[in-house]
Amino acid sequence: MTNTPDSAPVDERIRAEPLVARLMKRPELGAIAGLVLVTGFFLATASEAMFSLSGVLNFLSPAAQLGILAIAASLLMIGGEFDLSIGSMVAFAGMIFGACVVNLGLPLILSIPLTLVFAALIGAANGLIVLRTGLPSFIVTLAGLFMLRGLSLVGLKWLTGGSTQLRGIREAVAEDLLTPLFSGDAFGGLFAGLAQAGLIDSFPNGAPKVPGIPVEILWFIGLALAATWVLLRTPAGNWIFAAGGDATAASNSGVPVRKVKIALFMLTAACAALLAIMQVMDAGSTDARRGFQKEFEAIIAAVIGGCLLTGGYGSAIGAFFGSVIFGMVVIGLTYNGFDQDWFQVFLGGMLLLAVIFNNAIRKRVTGER
Amino acid sequence: MSDPIIRLDSIEKHFGNVIALNGVSFDVRPGECHCLLGDNGAGKSTFIKTMSGVHRPTKGTITFEGRPMSFASPRAAMEAGIATVFQDLAMIPLMAVSRNFFMGREPTRGWGPTRRIDLAQMNAVTMAEMRKMGINLRGPDQAVGTLSGGERQTVAIARAVHFGAKVLILDEPTSALGVRQTANVLATIDKVRAQGVGVVFISHNVRHAMAVGDRFTVLNRGKTLGTAARGEITSEQLQDLMAGGQELARLESTLGGTV
Repeated sequence: MTNTPDSAPVDERIRAEPLVARLMKRPELGAIAGLVLVTGFFLATASEAMFSLSGVLNFLSPAAQLGILAIAASLLMIGGEFDLSIGSMVAFAGMIFGACVVNLGLPLILSIPLTLVFAALIGAANGLIVLRTGLPSFIVTLAGLFMLRGLSLVGLKWLTGGSTQLRGIREAVAEDLLTPLFSGDAFGGLFAGLAQAGLIDSFPNGAPKVPGIPVEILWFIGLALAATWVLLRTPAGNWIFAAGGDATAASNSGVPVRKVKIALFMLTAACAALLAIMQVMDAGSTDARRGFQKEFEAIIAAVIGGCLLTGGYGSAIGAFFGSVIFGMVVIGLTYNGFDQDWFQVFLGGMLLLAVIFNNAIRKRVTGER
Repeated sequence: MSDPIIRLDSIEKHFGNVIALNGVSFDVRPGECHCLLGDNGAGKSTFIKTMSGVHRPTKGTITFEGRPMSFASPRAAMEAGIATVFQDLAMIPLMAVSRNFFMGREPTRGWGPTRRIDLAQMNAVTMAEMRKMGINLRGPDQAVGTLSGGERQTVAIARAVHFGAKVLILDEPTSALGVRQTANVLATIDKVRAQGVGVVFISHNVRHAMAVGDRFTVLNRGKTLGTAARGEITSEQLQDLMAGGQELARLESTLGGTV
């Protein structure tokens, strides 16, 4: 029996829901409100330069680097799991990538897939351990946090003969055709043209003050759009929400919960590796301290973006805005002359506010009293 | 009377040295509500799980639509048309009704990277199916968590029926509900039965069973004590059978007939 009825008649007893009430149900509402608040704060206190084109790109760049992790982390959190090892994974994948490029002399077309696959395999191992043992992913990946960090230190010393930094990456990839996809600025020609036409600021010699859009920002936006599409418009997205909402109920309804969760762990690890590749190519070296504490920042951005710690609820676009808030604050504090260390205070405060807010929203959505 | 959709004959199920079922016979015909009554520990859960493909019987035969059948998995039973609504309902409170309705079986349109779930169809079908069961949702995007227990039960039943259930097994659907919600669920069972689905209604509440049942089978200590049609048996007799006769009769005199 699969009849498709005609358009549903309107039930006269049900009042049209006001726009505000409908908006209240969106998980990303908190992040957007937070973004408005933070923007207002910096518009009032910071110098105008912050919201010029170069200023905006300036804070979007760290936002994008965090956001690539945070969007993946938000999908994983909606799927009901955590990955605390992603920060260490950035260092570890950076080392793998560095070894491929420098020590083995492989071209990017091999090095990049190798790094991503390697990271995804570690993600899959995390997922398998979590699912097999039934232990909380929090504790399993906490082990990963230390192991990967340690392995990065040991491995780098072994590769370099005693240093925890591996240099020479920029030189190794300078000629590679794939380099512009992962480092530097995009749309250089367009920006030069705009500067020539006098539409954007330029130096006296005619070169634009902003050479282009840093590629990580494009990856960040692309990833946010793709993740949102998957979450809201594909069966896989429905399965992610279901797996995080109630794994037993989901698998009783025919959702392949294990596959979904393992795929999410793999995606998260691969996103950490993607970030590592971009950071390493930009800096020209890989360092065992890379990605330090990024796992927490990513989870905080996801929570600010409306993800519940219990899973089953959240949004990728929320994590996007959460990351933008982050970048805005970390860079904004240099524009308004506040002490940089206020950043940590802000971080904790935002997290607390977001959790309280999300909890209230969840009660509203589920009608809990 | 029409032939049964599913017939289970002298089913036995042993778990190691525990004999959970020791000769259970049961059948369901299309369009009837067959109540399976039994006290806690009588073997109701084991029996449902055998019928829905979770357990394989140690002895005995299952005949489905006239052919002998052995379900390899719950999934196989589900695909054959045996749907079970367990007490936990298999629903996600934070998700919209329509997304719950189609969970694991989302309709899609488009192909390749544009393949997407058909939200319009999901919403329309959900609203229509729920209306058929007498529930007017605020909207298809209403979260299941905002529904009452009875409404959730109805969503689960409507979902099973929509996806082609021929036999619908309901595991204590009324046990956690209030009076009005129970009435709603019983009315839903009546509507489902009218569509030709065979309903297996598991309960230990004789009054709820009497309200909708066409036939009644009592399970006690892993055995069926026989099947009676509506009108052939009174609720007192059912109650006594469930409790194993004697003891409850004695209890009842001290409790003044309130059990």
